[in-house]
Amino acid sequence: MSVASIRYATLDAGRSYWGLLAVLAGVTLVGLAGFLHLEHEGHWITGMNNQVVWGIPHVFAVFLIVAASGALNVASIASVFGQVTYKPLARLSGLLAAGLLIGGLVILVLDLGRPDRLIVAMTYYNFKSIFAWNIFLYTGLLAVIALYMFVLFQPAFARWTRAAGTLALLWRLILTTGTGAIFGFLVARQGYDAAIMAPLFIIMSFSFGTAVFMLVLTAACHGSGRVLGDALLFRLKNLLAVFVSAVLYFVLAYHITNLYATEHHGYEAFILNFESLYSKLFWIGQVGFGSLVPLALFYAPRTRTCRISTHVGAGLVILGGLIQMYVIIIGGQAYPLVLFPGMEESSSFYDGVVASYIPSIWEFLLGFTGVAISLIVVVAGLGALGILPEDLSDPKPAG
Amino acid sequence: MSLDLSRREFLQGAGAAGALTLAPGVFLHAKDPEVPVTDAVRWGMLVDTRLCQEDCDACVTACNEEHNLEDLGRPETDAQWIRKLTVRDPLGGRTISLPMMCQHCENPPCVDVCPTGASFRRVDGIVLVDKHTCIGCRYCMMACPYKARSFIHENLTEQLPHAPRGKGCVESCTMCVHKVDAGENTTACAEACHKDGHQAILFGDLNDPDSEISKRIQEFGATQIRADLGLNTGVRYQNL
Repeated sequence: MSVASIRYATLDAGRSYWGLLAVLAGVTLVGLAGFLHLEHEGHWITGMNNQVVWGIPHVFAVFLIVAASGALNVASIASVFGQVTYKPLARLSGLLAAGLLIGGLVILVLDLGRPDRLIVAMTYYNFKSIFAWNIFLYTGLLAVIALYMFVLFQPAFARWTRAAGTLALLWRLILTTGTGAIFGFLVARQGYDAAIMAPLFIIMSFSFGTAVFMLVLTAACHGSGRVLGDALLFRLKNLLAVFVSAVLYFVLAYHITNLYATEHHGYEAFILNFESLYSKLFWIGQVGFGSLVPLALFYAPRTRTCRISTHVGAGLVILGGLIQMYVIIIGGQAYPLVLFPGMEESSSFYDGVVASYIPSIWEFLLGFTGVAISLIVVVAGLGALGILPEDLSDPKPAG
Repeated sequence: MSLDLSRREFLQGAGAAGALTLAPGVFLHAKDPEVPVTDAVRWGMLVDTRLCQEDCDACVTACNEEHNLEDLGRPETDAQWIRKLTVRDPLGGRTISLPMMCQHCENPPCVDVCPTGASFRRVDGIVLVDKHTCIGCRYCMMACPYKARSFIHENLTEQLPHAPRGKGCVESCTMCVHKVDAGENTTACAEACHKDGHQAILFGDLNDPDSEISKRIQEFGATQIRADLGLNTGVRYQNL
């Protein structure tokens, strides 16, 4: 299929389309009302405290930002590596990445102690901070995606597609490196302070972004009456299976390395011994339902060509991804800081004990708001622009 | 009106004079607010754990009163600028008690990670948070190896002019910078410890070889907590 022959069309703005947008807007409004309450009362109404300072909002935000980077996989494969099969989907890839990124950023801003000082965050910079760099990387990726989409939409600029796609690929790899480095650079925390965090987050982005892309693509095709061919869907599934395996490999490398260093045995036991909540989430949620079950669905002879199994698998990868974020972000904070290695510590400030964290409804509302905003961007984009090809069915055999 | 308050008010009023005589031979130099601090001094504290009593929290009480840190009955979110830490060696069971607060590092991780530069280190060694540019992202709390920082989780009232605090910002021990700049050259915790007769906390200029703190470090040595991180802390401990 040549690029020039692809015909794109907007989604029909029927009742179901507007109904979906209304539901998403409703979720957003409820979430924003929750935010106003949180902003008025302060963070004491959440489960966050002085020990676990980043909670559910960060789990959602980091997941969405990482998934945004990975949602560009299809664009990169199409525009940089020249895989013709994926070229019809490059626009959706760019739109979804922008939507996920915006949703994630909204959560981050709304969870600030002083969200009213967003302008401060955009005018005062400490360039030794990876957070400051990420502000540029996140907003910069939105600009790069806009440029990439412009090139895709303008036939006159078609020869720049590969250049714009390459820029987007490099930018998102740096962005996800920066996101992983937020944790990798924390020198004092037992669960962080690891260079592998950066590549781990990159491969996580590939996995989560592809899973989200598959479900959004399927939903968009289903909602608009398009036929999504088996070949395309299962090709994406095979790609996702490789990414899920790769995430498992990086997680294994992380824990094996930690297990070799005696100083990390406490934290490793905390995550691996199946006693703490985080350990159960790790084994059952992240490794079991989030990785092994999807891999079984993707590769088992009886399910590998089943569309439902593919969708269930992608959904489980997303669920497992959120749980992985929870284990990394909350588990890493809940494990006590070691001030005196080899000693037992206690204080009125919860030294030496696992910190408690019980997520609140206010935090989930912020997370849901981010997801809803991401989807609003995608649905609005699909309705306003020719993002989705009219025909995504399998090519008919020659002759 | 307490004697202490009277003295402070008197000092604030006389601050512009630069130096005044408290008693024959005892001079107190208030910093001229127009004159920037210099790195000629490096303020620090020395804690002798042998003198720190496990059942005493005078330093904590004094800090809370000095900065109006209220107990709101929510220990998980209430601010603690200084806390008493009990450290027990599982081999033999030796237990020591010590005050733990911001260690005023020369290379503070909180300053490194702060996106807006709100966390900063004065050249005289005091690590502070600029309450005007803190956006409440809490990355500094993730980065601090000493868990020395608190996030303000609720609205605050009756704040003190010398200790501005606010919902949504992060804060920590200021090494009583208001006292330092007023020329008092002490901290509330050190004063309280001294008043209780323990004298476990000593405040002073680490750059001045003739200061009491420097002499004690020269004579007996001192340890940094998590020295492996290479942060060169301004708070040092003896007999850990």
